[in-house]
Amino acid sequence: MSSPPGEPRRIGYLYILPALVVYGAFLLYPLGRAVHLSLFEWDGITLGKFVGLSNYADVVRDAGLRAAFGHALVLIVFYAVLPVLIGLVLATVLQRARVRGLGFFRTIVFLPQVIAMVVVAVAWRHIYAPDGPLNDVLRAIGLDSLARGWLGDYAFALPAVGVIGTWFETGLVTVLLLAGMARIPAERYEAARLDGAGPVAEFFAVVLPAVRGEIAVAVTLTVIAALRTFDLVYVTTSGGPGTSTSVPSYEVYHRAFELGQVGSAAAIGVCLTMLIFAITLGVNRLADRSTA
Amino acid sequence: MRASAGERIGNYVLLIAFGLFALGPIVTIVAAAFGPDDGGGGSSGFANFGRAWEIGQFGTYLRMSVAVSVTVVVVSVLLSILSGYAFGTMRFRGAGVLFYLFLIGIMMPTEAIVVPLYFDLRTLGLTDTFLAVALPQVAQSVAFGTFWLRAYFRSSSRSLVEAARLDGAGHWRTLWLILVPPARPALVTLIVLVFMWTWNEFLIPLVMVTSESLRTAPLGLAFFSGQYTSGFTLLAAGAVIVGTPVVLVYAFLQRHFIAGMLEGAVRE
Repeated sequence: MSSPPGEPRRIGYLYILPALVVYGAFLLYPLGRAVHLSLFEWDGITLGKFVGLSNYADVVRDAGLRAAFGHALVLIVFYAVLPVLIGLVLATVLQRARVRGLGFFRTIVFLPQVIAMVVVAVAWRHIYAPDGPLNDVLRAIGLDSLARGWLGDYAFALPAVGVIGTWFETGLVTVLLLAGMARIPAERYEAARLDGAGPVAEFFAVVLPAVRGEIAVAVTLTVIAALRTFDLVYVTTSGGPGTSTSVPSYEVYHRAFELGQVGSAAAIGVCLTMLIFAITLGVNRLADRSTA
Repeated sequence: MRASAGERIGNYVLLIAFGLFALGPIVTIVAAAFGPDDGGGGSSGFANFGRAWEIGQFGTYLRMSVAVSVTVVVVSVLLSILSGYAFGTMRFRGAGVLFYLFLIGIMMPTEAIVVPLYFDLRTLGLTDTFLAVALPQVAQSVAFGTFWLRAYFRSSSRSLVEAARLDGAGHWRTLWLILVPPARPALVTLIVLVFMWTWNEFLIPLVMVTSESLRTAPLGLAFFSGQYTSGFTLLAAGAVIVGTPVVLVYAFLQRHFIAGMLEGAVRE
């Protein structure tokens, strides 16, 4: 860390103090308390019982929780993998063609990012409804057999939630990749072309290495978003049908405030936090190494 | 780079197809909100919004959301200016460690802290209050704001701070008269992001609030969508009411949203 300008100043502590007090009281202290609570079996009312790391062992042992983390993994495919793949194709094509109206396109595809997730959930619940627009389209093109109540279907509810994630993350990823590709100097394309590279070879030789950093950021952001799918699941499916769309962040709420398993909820919250830290640090380290 | 006519048309098709995919669900819900009421209320067009407003009590919820958003924005931006200034321009023992402490808050998911917060605030008798909704969000925004403004003050201020000091300005005057005025773009970005995060926040109000009068707009919409089952029109109108404020700000300041969310994401 390079030192900031100016002489050493004790007064700095005073400037930080108000922020640190609020931050300490409402974020750091609760995080510590979450770790503390996670060591107990507690229903939120009566006296808790110290159980050591058993709540953490349950994350692996408890079939329901294992399934919830498995569902999160499926969501990661929809939230992170698909948007990055689609975004790479879209951004590459748009960057090559220098089409007009790119600014307007950016505004439009980024729009889903700023809309409250509850609003998004209400819209998609309607789209997926048994008599909703999606089924109308399927019936109109003669695919009646495919029409169903998507969010009430054991096999399709989770992918249906995932597609909503693909919908709102792809714009973010595309805009991010477009910004990265705009910074590639034209000479690099020319050099590749002089070597006889076609569009596909050019993509792998020039574009992909240049946007490694952006891909790392995109993966980090979207994976974290996938792990934190609470609002969407709460409003669209409440984890159902059965437990087919329960995810860790929904389990935190469900266990703490509906089942009275506060310790277990705290342990899941702590695991989520560690997972997010690990992914953020890991992906960034990976990106640093591959660009070095 | 020159592209052939065929390729160019293909590109526009791709552009439009994806634009429609992004807009589709939004158009669907806006169209439903303006259509004839399928719940048998006999209204259509703007009248739907009036009826949704009344039945869904969105006036109360919007008032709460405005109060929470304004509080969180004002308090967290002020505190972030102070802490970002200290981290960005001053040297003091432990600054590095303290700054990393703030960085933890940017990554920390709300899910981890909301459980202990609820039970501790309940012990203090503070659940179901305005402060229980606002203060945790101030803390989250202060973490990001400190990070954001430290970077700004660090990159822009060395010569300014030194010149101000030579002129005999104290640290307080240097901050407010010399550094803050040119920081306006960075501050606007911070303000719109904090406003969006606060307006759209769902989990914290869901857990902290039981009184109807303290529900924020997204929370009110979630309850409305659970209770109002006669048709989709008024629900769609309610959803449009809840979503519109942030979209309006986005329409005018979209550069700040995109820059902030993308640069803010690059968190070293």
